[in-house]
Amino acid sequence: MTLRIWESQAGEAVSNSSSRSCNCQSRPGFTRRSFLRTAPGAVGGMAAMVAALSPLKDLPEGSLPSVEEFMQKHYKEMSPEEMDAALARMSREVEDRYGVVPSIKDYKPLEGVQFVYALNLSRCIGCRKCVHACVEENNQSRSPEIQYIRVLEMPRGTTDIEEGNHHYDRPTVPGDTHYYLPIQCHQCANPPCTKVCPVEATWKDDDGIVVIDYDWCIGCRYCEAACPYWARRFNFGEPSLPKDKINPDMGYLSNRPRPRGVVEKCHFCLHRTRQGKMPACLEICPVGARKFGNALDPESEVSQILKTKRIFVLKEEVGTLPRFFYYFDERYPRDDGNSPESHAEPVEASE
Amino acid sequence: MKKYCVFLSRCLALSFVGDWKYYFWMFFLSVIALMGLNAYTQQFVNSLITTGMTDQVSWGFYIANFTFLVGMAAAAVMLVIPVYIYKNHDLHDLVIFGELFAVAAIIMALLFVTVDLGRPDRFHHLFLRFNFPESMLAWDVIALNGYLLLNLHICGYLIYCAYCKRKPTRLFYIPFVFIAIAWAISIHTVTAFLYSGLGGRPFWNSAVLAPRFLASAFAAGPAFLILTLMVISKATDYRVTHKALMTLRNIVTVALTINMFLLGSEVFTEFYTDSAHVASAKYLFLGLHGNNALVPWIWSAIALNTTAIIILYSRMSRKLPALSVACILLIIGVWIEKGMGLIIPAFIPTPLGEIVEYTPTLNEILVTLGIWAFGLLIYTICVRITVPVLSGQLTVDTQLRDRHTTTTPLRGSSAPHTITTQEETAR
Repeated sequence: MTLRIWESQAGEAVSNSSSRSCNCQSRPGFTRRSFLRTAPGAVGGMAAMVAALSPLKDLPEGSLPSVEEFMQKHYKEMSPEEMDAALARMSREVEDRYGVVPSIKDYKPLEGVQFVYALNLSRCIGCRKCVHACVEENNQSRSPEIQYIRVLEMPRGTTDIEEGNHHYDRPTVPGDTHYYLPIQCHQCANPPCTKVCPVEATWKDDDGIVVIDYDWCIGCRYCEAACPYWARRFNFGEPSLPKDKINPDMGYLSNRPRPRGVVEKCHFCLHRTRQGKMPACLEICPVGARKFGNALDPESEVSQILKTKRIFVLKEEVGTLPRFFYYFDERYPRDDGNSPESHAEPVEASE
Repeated sequence: MKKYCVFLSRCLALSFVGDWKYYFWMFFLSVIALMGLNAYTQQFVNSLITTGMTDQVSWGFYIANFTFLVGMAAAAVMLVIPVYIYKNHDLHDLVIFGELFAVAAIIMALLFVTVDLGRPDRFHHLFLRFNFPESMLAWDVIALNGYLLLNLHICGYLIYCAYCKRKPTRLFYIPFVFIAIAWAISIHTVTAFLYSGLGGRPFWNSAVLAPRFLASAFAAGPAFLILTLMVISKATDYRVTHKALMTLRNIVTVALTINMFLLGSEVFTEFYTDSAHVASAKYLFLGLHGNNALVPWIWSAIALNTTAIIILYSRMSRKLPALSVACILLIIGVWIEKGMGLIIPAFIPTPLGEIVEYTPTLNEILVTLGIWAFGLLIYTICVRITVPVLSGQLTVDTQLRDRHTTTTPLRGSSAPHTITTQEETAR
């Protein structure tokens, strides 16, 4: 039935257009009869289209960008006034949604600072307190759950991360025959993730932190595929976060609530660290395994660690130059005469 | 200009005309396309959580189909090269069908990338801050859209000239044909580089990926064209010569052989080296730690391709039924090999060694089917318009009196301009 209607409709359409173009026929373009024959087909088509689009009526409020958000420029192109306006808009949105008045600021990198992270594998006990402190500090979605730090339980005798257990679940840590390897964004000096972004929504800031403009990301997830450390997370669903869990101290490029459909990751708590504080994962660590600071400051703890400890980075062969270092407690033997570990006597080297 | 608008409106009108098989086919495709649209609206409302993708397997079915279709689009060049470089006249009239398919395939490929975006509402950011030449995805945006425009121009120009019954000016299309040849190879190369440039994904990080992409594309694309040309021969009064189909068969056979060779090289390097990088390949071919969702896929792809190769090398593939079976087998085989066999395993295990398997959800499959239906709808309409124009039934001074009118079938004419002149004298 439908087919026949379509056919006749189309047949009419052809004769109409050809009569108009060639003037070969004197028949008028539309007759009442042709209208009656084409109308049901057209109506049916429209109805099917409307039915197909019907789920749109369930679109949650606020999931389409406001005009202001739509017109907002790229982070690097905003004037100070435009930035203020954007921060005010975000603040309003957080207040509307979570009933908390946040303080959202645009924290800029500090002069003469290169942040590095160092993690003491001799100390880490795999308690995952850092994972949860990070979630609370950075307003991550609780459902679907997003975590920036993944702790691997590694069997002794290997550093191959494919041997690691991601989902260890024991009543007490550490396990007797394991060591623990927490992994988060390594803030690479040669980041493969920023290179691949088609819209420059992610870049390396002057202090070495790789940041994301959540209002610019188009959600293609190419960066997620490019990262060799699996550090990036995507908001596959609408992020949800209980009102009483909101951390109101927010940064534009860090922990303000993210919209759906964008990528996020660890940013070394830049809203804290660019003010001289320590990252949340470091502060919570019960064994002091985590060290953070400015590599350009020779007095900083991380500078001392880089100089004196046996450090390594993960997947050095991919050439990303991470600024997240792992080390073991033992110092280099011939570091300085005073350290207790420097017991090794120099031995004559053979040819 | 007015003449051109009339041409477009007549084309539009013509796309609604056909016999009952045409209506059935178009109705069927429209229904699937609308179901796909419905599924996409669901995804738009609920976000990408409606798909089977996770942070572990962050690209899935959409990107797999995208990759396959870019190859199909590039394959049009395998018709163009014989005609314009080697002056093979058997394929001359068929070039337009290949290029029209390239148009439909690129549109599908672009749709697949669009439905994969988390924020399609921010699409315009591509125009405001474009990371070129750093990002291979930026290259791909240029390559794909450029190729779409080139093919639209070439087909549109030739068809319009045939419609106006005038000889196409060589300057207006020959340079574009040669640009399109290079461009076709570039679209698939750039798409391969998009994956092979990632040091963090050893499964993709292989120099043989781009040649492999091209070989599989030049097998699957012409195979698809063989099938469409058979359908066109059957359904319309347009006759495709047996010789042309046999030329395409030879192209498919050689390309598929090269593809199998390259796949073998890849498998050898992975498994003989047996380094830490082999994990994804092990997962794909053998399964890893009891996880083996992709194993049946890749082995069926290998079985399909091998059967196709055996048929193609045997005498029976000179007969059309056997040839069409071989084509169908190898299209499915290549589709699996490039989709489930190439995109997904690179994510399993993750760079941190975690194994999370991936299966597309029903909604994801519906969106995929919808895009395929929409693309085939476009292609059917293009062919529907092209056949009567090329055979001179629809020209500037004719009109379609009866949709079942049959005029003399087009045989052995060698160029679009000769078609029109021939038909002119015939009339």
